[in-house]
Amino acid sequence: MAILQYREALRAAMTEEMERDSRVFLMGEEVAEYNGAYKVSEGMLEQFGPKRIIDTPISENGFCGLGVGAAMAGLRPIIEFMTFNFSFVAIDQLINNAAKIRYMSGGQFNIPIVFRGANGAAGQLAATHNTSTESIYATIPGLKVIAPSNPDDAKGLLKSAIRDNNPVIFLESEVMFGWKGEVSDEKDYLIPIGKARVARQGTDVTIVAHSKSYWIAMDVADQLALEGYSAEVIDPRTIRPFDIDTVVESIKKTNRCVIIDESNPFASISSEIAYQIQEKAFDYLDAPIIRITSKDVPAPYAKNLIEYYMPQAKDAYDACKRVMYVQ
Amino acid sequence: MAKQTSKAPTASSKTASTTPKKVAPRSRAKKVVSENSFPTSLELNVTFDTYPAGAYTHKDLGLSVDDVLSMYRNMLLQRRFEERAAQMYGKQKIAGFLHLYIGQEAISTGTATAIKIGLDSIITAYRDHGHGLALGMSANECMAEMFGKVGGCSRGKGGSMHFFSKEKGLFGGHGIVGAHVPVGVGIAFAHKYKEDGGVSIAFYGDGAAGQGSIHEAANLASLYELPSILVVENNHYAMGTAVDRAFAEPEFTHHAVGYKMKAALVDGMDVFSVCKAMQDHVALARENKPSMLEIRTYRYRGHSMSDPQKYRTKEELESKKNEDPIIRLKAYILDNKMTSVKALDAIDDDVKDEVKASVDFAENSPVPDLSEIYENIYDESNYPYLA
Ligand SMILES: Cc1ncc(C[n+]2csc(CCOP(=O)(O)OP(=O)(O)O)c2C)c(N)n1
Ligand SMILES: [Mg+2]
Repeated sequence: MAILQYREALRAAMTEEMERDSRVFLMGEEVAEYNGAYKVSEGMLEQFGPKRIIDTPISENGFCGLGVGAAMAGLRPIIEFMTFNFSFVAIDQLINNAAKIRYMSGGQFNIPIVFRGANGAAGQLAATHNTSTESIYATIPGLKVIAPSNPDDAKGLLKSAIRDNNPVIFLESEVMFGWKGEVSDEKDYLIPIGKARVARQGTDVTIVAHSKSYWIAMDVADQLALEGYSAEVIDPRTIRPFDIDTVVESIKKTNRCVIIDESNPFASISSEIAYQIQEKAFDYLDAPIIRITSKDVPAPYAKNLIEYYMPQAKDAYDACKRVMYVQ
Repeated sequence: MAKQTSKAPTASSKTASTTPKKVAPRSRAKKVVSENSFPTSLELNVTFDTYPAGAYTHKDLGLSVDDVLSMYRNMLLQRRFEERAAQMYGKQKIAGFLHLYIGQEAISTGTATAIKIGLDSIITAYRDHGHGLALGMSANECMAEMFGKVGGCSRGKGGSMHFFSKEKGLFGGHGIVGAHVPVGVGIAFAHKYKEDGGVSIAFYGDGAAGQGSIHEAANLASLYELPSILVVENNHYAMGTAVDRAFAEPEFTHHAVGYKMKAALVDGMDVFSVCKAMQDHVALARENKPSMLEIRTYRYRGHSMSDPQKYRTKEELESKKNEDPIIRLKAYILDNKMTSVKALDAIDDDVKDEVKASVDFAENSPVPDLSEIYENIYDESNYPYLA
């Protein structure tokens, strides 16, 4: 096991896949000469040269469309968004072209493309730079959406995403880029898309949380353990397709569920998960599902406000107590 | 203030010889920060090649009599196919939006004649029947697509606006105005990356030329020196909006100047002018020199099937009908005694039979099974759909 930063794990995944398949290339703003706005692609220009590590103008619609065309014509592009906040400038390419061309062509054209970059809130950046986009993209049939919480998943899932023959939205995190973790040394380390990870076994309550929220879940589980309660933590890792079966199996055991989701609450990932749980495991629930999300407002700038905006560990902890009827 | 040393001539000017005028060589500064970075004026010395109607014979283009006759058949097939499609729309066999290409057929046929079908790539907007048929897609698969039948080129999932043929190099058929042009540039990127020698030609309307996506695409094509041709099919209207009501600079060739792209102006009512322009610009593209073409054309029918056409006069329409590209080619064939009126009538009959057969094919092709709704979304067949 190597200890890698989240960004290093992403870089390792891209590097290995580019060494393996000459059709894979990386394109985006500042990915080449600047070594990546967040240094994810550091050193890759040197290794692969300007044919395959390509700086773009600030032209998201243009270079995302370029990626879709290149994918239709047999290449396997990785398109980096400096952050996913800027994907909205290109959302037409993602939703109308990447996601739908395969269908509208009766299956003639695959679009094997990965759109990747930082997603979600990252501090005092105010509303335009703090959007959680997973519920926006996950609602679109034709896309797959992945949001890994740690370096190991980041590597294994990005490699799978690059090999996938469909468009994949791969959501990283500005906050987590520098975080370290163990990463498998296994050659060809591929984590299947659409499989959740039971990160911590437990019997009293199920906490479902992806990306940064996963770390809140683990803290809450630690806290509950000190008090003698056993929380099971599930990291879905993939948002679409969502591994509801793993969640249902857990709820059959715990009969209670709390979802932590950094999205804004209305029509969010947590709404969808809660709906699917009641559909598939209604009889197993001993308490209403509670979800902890960001507030239903644009992200504010002021320090106290943005901290208040984010999902709170304290609220998640209280929610677990409530669904266990011990508060 | 920009000082234009030349104004793009109108498409009907008769000035050009068989060799188009040369455009000033383009240069790209590698270092953008220089000591003299405060220009106080802009000296432009840009010329545009022009490809007026009547300037070329088939021999200039290296075409045989058989080639010319098959171009005639190709254009006529598009015309008769769409006339029949309009009829089928009236009978409610075809639904949704139906945009006819009638009047613009010289562009699709001129292009298909100039490229290597199977190697080169074409992408266009929703007015796509002409390009599909010109590339050799069968009338059967095209008609069946519009009927929403499983025998359609897109298995009945795309309809009139979304024809695709991987085999013929038609990358769609796209319904969002302007969105496919960056995709076309990406296909050019792939041709260059794979070093397969192919070029990518992206067609779009005059209205589409106002979309940011096209300007981004033009910049990228030029910046990366891609084997790409961007072609605005200027039929003078975007639905009911005439070009001069939509553009601060209605000369589309001038748009190319800002992207250091070679541009040319083509009369789209003469299939030979289109073919010559395409031959020249495809040759450039094969050397990774992208370019932009404005092809002036005219659509004789409404924007789609529900267009009262209040934005143009009957006189304008009638005067343009005198330039009909099919009638023009027919006259050329007869003037040059390439074949007889009788033989041309036989071609027309043959085309009509083909189109009629396509209606029968479409009628008889089954509707998609309901299970088809879940097919062709993801590459794998076991994707877990909801509901
Ligand atoms: C982004 C977008 N906006 C608006 C429309 C509706 N629309 C369809 S065709 C059209 C006119 C486009 O005109 P032009 O580009 O000149 O092409 P033409 O129809 O003349 O071939 C409009 C506004 C659309 N399909 N996509
Ligand atoms: Mg138009």
